[in-house]
Amino acid sequence: MSNQIPADQSDIRLLLVDDEVGFVNVLAKRIARRHFDVQKAYSGSEAIQILRKSMFDVAVLDLKMEDMDGIEVLKVFKKMAPRLQVIMLTGHGCEEAAREGMAEGAFDYLTKPCEFDELMEKILEAAAQSGGDHGHI
Amino acid sequence: MSDERTVTGYYRTLSRNMFLSIIIVSFIPVFFVSATILYQFRVTYREKVFEQLAELVEKHQLNIDAFLNQKVADIIFLSKSKGYVNLHDEKFLQHKLTLLQQTYGSVFVDLGVIDDQGLQIAYAGPFALEKAHYDETEWFQEAMKRQVFISDVFLGLRGMPHFIIAVRDVWDGKPWILRATIDFVEFNNLVQQIRIGATGFAFIVNREGKYQTRLGFGLEANHEDILNFFMNREHFSTRGVAVVERPDVSGNRHIYAAALLKNNDWLLIYQQSTADAFSHLNRTQWICIIIFILGGVAIVTMSAILTRRMVSRISLSDREKEVMNQQVIETGKLASIGELAAGIAHEINNPVAIMVEEAGWIQDLLEEEDVKTSKNLVEIQDALSQIRVQGTRCKDITHKLLSFARKTDSRIQYIQLNDMITDISALYEQRAKYSLVQIKTILDPSLPAIRGSVSELQQVLLNLINNSLDAMEKKKGGVLTLSTFTKDDQVVVEIQDTGLGIPEANLSRLFDPFFTTKPVGKGTGLGLSICYGIIKNLGGEIHVSSQVDQGTIFGIYLPKADDMSTDLLTKGENQ
Repeated sequence: MSNQIPADQSDIRLLLVDDEVGFVNVLAKRIARRHFDVQKAYSGSEAIQILRKSMFDVAVLDLKMEDMDGIEVLKVFKKMAPRLQVIMLTGHGCEEAAREGMAEGAFDYLTKPCEFDELMEKILEAAAQSGGDHGHI
Repeated sequence: MSDERTVTGYYRTLSRNMFLSIIIVSFIPVFFVSATILYQFRVTYREKVFEQLAELVEKHQLNIDAFLNQKVADIIFLSKSKGYVNLHDEKFLQHKLTLLQQTYGSVFVDLGVIDDQGLQIAYAGPFALEKAHYDETEWFQEAMKRQVFISDVFLGLRGMPHFIIAVRDVWDGKPWILRATIDFVEFNNLVQQIRIGATGFAFIVNREGKYQTRLGFGLEANHEDILNFFMNREHFSTRGVAVVERPDVSGNRHIYAAALLKNNDWLLIYQQSTADAFSHLNRTQWICIIIFILGGVAIVTMSAILTRRMVSRISLSDREKEVMNQQVIETGKLASIGELAAGIAHEINNPVAIMVEEAGWIQDLLEEEDVKTSKNLVEIQDALSQIRVQGTRCKDITHKLLSFARKTDSRIQYIQLNDMITDISALYEQRAKYSLVQIKTILDPSLPAIRGSVSELQQVLLNLINNSLDAMEKKKGGVLTLSTFTKDDQVVVEIQDTGLGIPEANLSRLFDPFFTTKPVGKGTGLGLSICYGIIKNLGGEIHVSSQVDQGTIFGIYLPKADDMSTDLLTKGENQ
């Protein structure tokens, strides 16, 4: 288990977007414990509101939410912050939507429920891709 | 039960309606055509018979009149040519009688010469009538009034039926009469030879209705009604002939043909019973009726056979349709179950993910120093890893369900049966475990693809595997072997169980629709027949072999997709 997170990761800003409140909360706590700057959004629209005010390196986005379709949220994200790297979470068997998301410029996707370590790895890769240039309109 | 009765009732009504329709459509035209023809034939035949009889009596009217006229002419000739002088000599008279008898046979019985006082002066003949007095007789008085007189038939002095031809002449200023007696028997023969059929006969009556000829033997002489009818001369044609059909006193119908004779004094009547006159017609009628009845029996038989055949054909196709419908419903059911399962799997994923993450969070917290010293640390960590392991299991299960549900598609496509069997056997792992059944798969890795509908083939496999598991659950366990291989260019899937087996008697009916050994309400008896239908539609076959208490093997034989399409398929997959 890679619980030892290096200190220099603390400036990685992460946005968690999922309408499953319990999931977002626990994930945020775990990631924050690893010295990431984590913000939570419980819906697509809330995520867009937050993105207007702050800048992020990586977003973890659930593709299946009640208020907005994940792909729509992804498109808005990519328009607002082109350098923001988005990791999509999708249900098993819904890889079609994930592939669509990849075409829209998402960084990668994971099927839900995913291994925490795998997710952390993806976040680090995405942050590296983002390269510290936190594009913001 | 009541459904079955309704269905039977429906087919019974259908049979009855079809049967009646065929009968009505066949019979009505035949009946009307036959009736019309028969009626026309009857009318024509009747007219013909009436005409024939009119002709017959007319011919005899002419004959009899000619007979009488000739005899009269002979007597006139005798009287004029020989005169009173010669004729009152009995020898001469006898000589003339002999001559007449030589010419006409025994028609002339005797000859007599009578003076104006009614005294027979001369007589030639077999009776002793010399010097007989006729002055009181009716015929003498009538004969004195006119030139020629033919009497009615009477008994006279001799006491035998006869009639007289009397010719009056004058000699020496006084009238005299030459009289000839006509033999009744000879005259009678003229009329009695008019005989047609079994009952036809003729007779002659005078104005008073007295018979001038004998009636045939055994024939009743009650002709009052018909004589009254013929007394009215308006019923006669201009040629003096009339034909009429009337019932007699006993109600039997007769045809009467009548002709006037002897200047309307006599009436020749021909009588024949209607049944006799129309015997040919009646025979024809009977033949027609028999043909009609035989034809009718043939029509009824054929309609019955045709109806039975058609209704059984209809009921068969109805059953087939029902099986097809059931198949569509089952396929649809499977698809909706798939969708439902997918939905549930998605929903379960979220709570499972939260559970797993919460466990992770506890794990994170355990890293803190203060908790690390707890004596239960190991126990807590074990519990957490269990939660994580079980969470992963949940994930696996939902993933299996989702991969299965995703494939409920009824389009015809290329299918790798090995993959399908792997998916399905994974689904059955849990149930098999509880039923103490071990699932073995022996899959041929080089198995060619086949063409078919995923959902339909899934349905077949699920059905067969369910049956096998049922059979083994009853035996408290066993081994289910799913194998694939190629045999004679066919792709084969074998589902072998070590269950109860199927009794020999049921094997032949196994794929029949509605055949079930399950209690009422438990099974539709359609499962295997649907499987059979699906495999048949894919051009394959399904075989079963079974031994009671040993187990059952179902073999599905499917044609492999042709090589070119397999190539295309692999290419497509690579892309």
